[in-house]
Amino acid sequence: MAKVTLIEAINMAHAWEMSHDASVVALGQDVGRNGGVFRATQGLQKTFGADRVIDTPLAEGMIAGLCVGMAAQGLKPVAEIQFMGFIYPAMDQIVNHMSRLRNRTRGRLTCPVVIRTPHGGGIHSPEHHSESVESMFCHVPGLRVVCPSSPARAYGLLLAAIREPDPVLFLEPVRIYRYARQDVEDNGEALPLDVCYVLREGGDCTLVTWGAMTVESLKAADELAKQGIYVEVIDLATLSPIDAETILESVAKTGRLVIVHEAARNVGVGAEIAAIVAEHGLYDLEAPIQRVTGYDTIVPLARLEHDYVPSVARIVTAVRTTLS
Amino acid sequence: MNTTAQFDIQYCQYLDADGRFLPDLDLSTLPSFAHDPIELVRMYKMMVLVRAFDTKAINLQRTGKLGTYPPAAGHEAAQVGAAAALNAEDVIAPVYREIGTQMWRGVRMAEILRYWGGDESGNDFINTRHDFPWCVPIATQTLHAAGAAFAFKIRNEPRCALAYIGDGGTSEGTFYEAMNVAGVQQLPVIFYVVNNRWAISTPLSQQTAAHTLAQKAIAAGIPGIQVDGNDLLAVRHVIEQALARARRGEGPTVVEALTYRLSDHTTADDASRYRSTHEVEQAWNIEPMKRMRAYLERLQLWDDVQEQSYKHECSQQIEAAVSEYLATPTPPVTAMFDYLFAHPPQRLLDQRDQAMMNSRATDNHG
Ligand SMILES: Cc1ncc(C[n+]2csc(CCOP(=O)(O)OP(=O)(O)O)c2C)c(N)n1
Ligand SMILES: [Mg+2]
Repeated sequence: MAKVTLIEAINMAHAWEMSHDASVVALGQDVGRNGGVFRATQGLQKTFGADRVIDTPLAEGMIAGLCVGMAAQGLKPVAEIQFMGFIYPAMDQIVNHMSRLRNRTRGRLTCPVVIRTPHGGGIHSPEHHSESVESMFCHVPGLRVVCPSSPARAYGLLLAAIREPDPVLFLEPVRIYRYARQDVEDNGEALPLDVCYVLREGGDCTLVTWGAMTVESLKAADELAKQGIYVEVIDLATLSPIDAETILESVAKTGRLVIVHEAARNVGVGAEIAAIVAEHGLYDLEAPIQRVTGYDTIVPLARLEHDYVPSVARIVTAVRTTLS
Repeated sequence: MNTTAQFDIQYCQYLDADGRFLPDLDLSTLPSFAHDPIELVRMYKMMVLVRAFDTKAINLQRTGKLGTYPPAAGHEAAQVGAAAALNAEDVIAPVYREIGTQMWRGVRMAEILRYWGGDESGNDFINTRHDFPWCVPIATQTLHAAGAAFAFKIRNEPRCALAYIGDGGTSEGTFYEAMNVAGVQQLPVIFYVVNNRWAISTPLSQQTAAHTLAQKAIAAGIPGIQVDGNDLLAVRHVIEQALARARRGEGPTVVEALTYRLSDHTTADDASRYRSTHEVEQAWNIEPMKRMRAYLERLQLWDDVQEQSYKHECSQQIEAAVSEYLATPTPPVTAMFDYLFAHPPQRLLDQRDQAMMNSRATDNHG
């Protein structure tokens, strides 16, 4: 077993699937020779050749559209969009074709595509490089949205995403690309999609989060544990569709819910989670739901980034509010 | 079968790599600015300042005082030459790497540092109020220039717009859309393709099968011309010609400048992973500064003493800008809420108050 970072785990899953399934191809800007700007695809072109690890021209609409064509004709493309802030030219293809082809053709043609893209900020990047606009995509019928929060989940969920017969947007939390190493067995075992992962059990308050915000959330849970408050931390993992059952069960136990996400608050995924609990778990709630989120502003440039990303202190306060 | 369409692409160059006129050049075709010693020296001095600033900016990033920065080394002639051809009232839509362009236009070095240091106020240019801000989403700016040119056309103003775009950028659909509408509407706009051979790790050969990028204009029904982007005289001349056409109401032009990105893509990149040192060394042999300096020295407009004393002057100007930049306080947390709307909704104002409190709470935590 190897101790790997989240980005190395992504690379491993990629390599595993490419060596076991000849229909898998990787494509995107700078993914081949350079191994991707974050090195997610490092070494893959050497191993699998330039026909299967393709450096494309600079055009996101082209990349997504190619994926539709490739997938409909039997390939399983795994495309990288260099940063989430540059995914917009691809949206037409994702929304109008990739996520609809199965439905439009009554299952005749399908789109087993994975679009990988870095998610979130906090690493002092330039403008447009820190976006977390998952809710735009969670709104799209026919598309899955996944976001791992550890090396092991990155490995297992990417394998699952590639094997999934429908398109998956795979969000990679940049802030924790190299945050921690974890033992990950390179055995080709996928994790289930469409389920949450309980990272820590606790009886006082349910905290739902995903991606890099799991780090701040677990720190907040540590801090609260010292004060005798036990938080159940749930990693949403698949942002769409949401595993309502796990969340509702937890809320039934704790009676309290805090949702933490980096993305802006307005119509964020947190709003959907709150609505699900309001619809199906209202009588379990002993306090109003709290959301700790990015503000409804553009992600600020580096100097204020720290003030934008929800802090441990804000999360602690929110949990305490539900208990007061 | 008959030929129904044909095209050719002209290439403009005056100076060779050693700053000598090309052998078969007809000197009577020299543009008028080339006969103006003051202007020639002014442009060269700006190139020197830009190179020195660029070096300093990279240093600041390496020492943790600046964010990711996109070096301009190698682009000085392509940037200063084109900027010098423009009038102040023209409008540019620049990309991230146009350091020299911005400096010639009057953007202050401290502003450039503020932007790349992670402070939006660096985009609030004091001197170039109508120019567009730095553009990062590739190719999007080409349509902004077309739109600006449309405004000038509708209002019958003798102004032009100029959009910068890289070789990689010409692969985006937006670029074709911009050329196309500019052709249909005969807009006073120039699409200035700065072909530095690389788009991060992607070489031109993987970007396009076209022999030139200038010829992409042909399909839009507009002229395209190629210029040696390391030749200051040629760049300024070609852009001046294109601007003159546009001002006469004859529509847009695509200008492709051939240059080379001498540095890494940005300070976050390591170009040695994907391109050979040999190629980079070759590029240093034809870089723009040496060429222009040799030309000026031959005309006896410049010498070693002037070079040394001017470089000293540059360091002082740059140090002053750096001090100003470093002394700029971090913006208040409320800055991210400001300028989002002319009429901010109450809910946003509430968040703004909350953010102020959260920020203080974090400060207390240390
Ligand atoms: C739409 C979009 N996609 C991807 C990127 C990431 N990116 C930044 S610069 C760059 C390469 C641009 O190359 P080129 O147009 O040749 O300009 P150069 O950097 O060489 O000046 C890429 C892919 C981006 N900024 N915008
Ligand atoms: Mg380039």
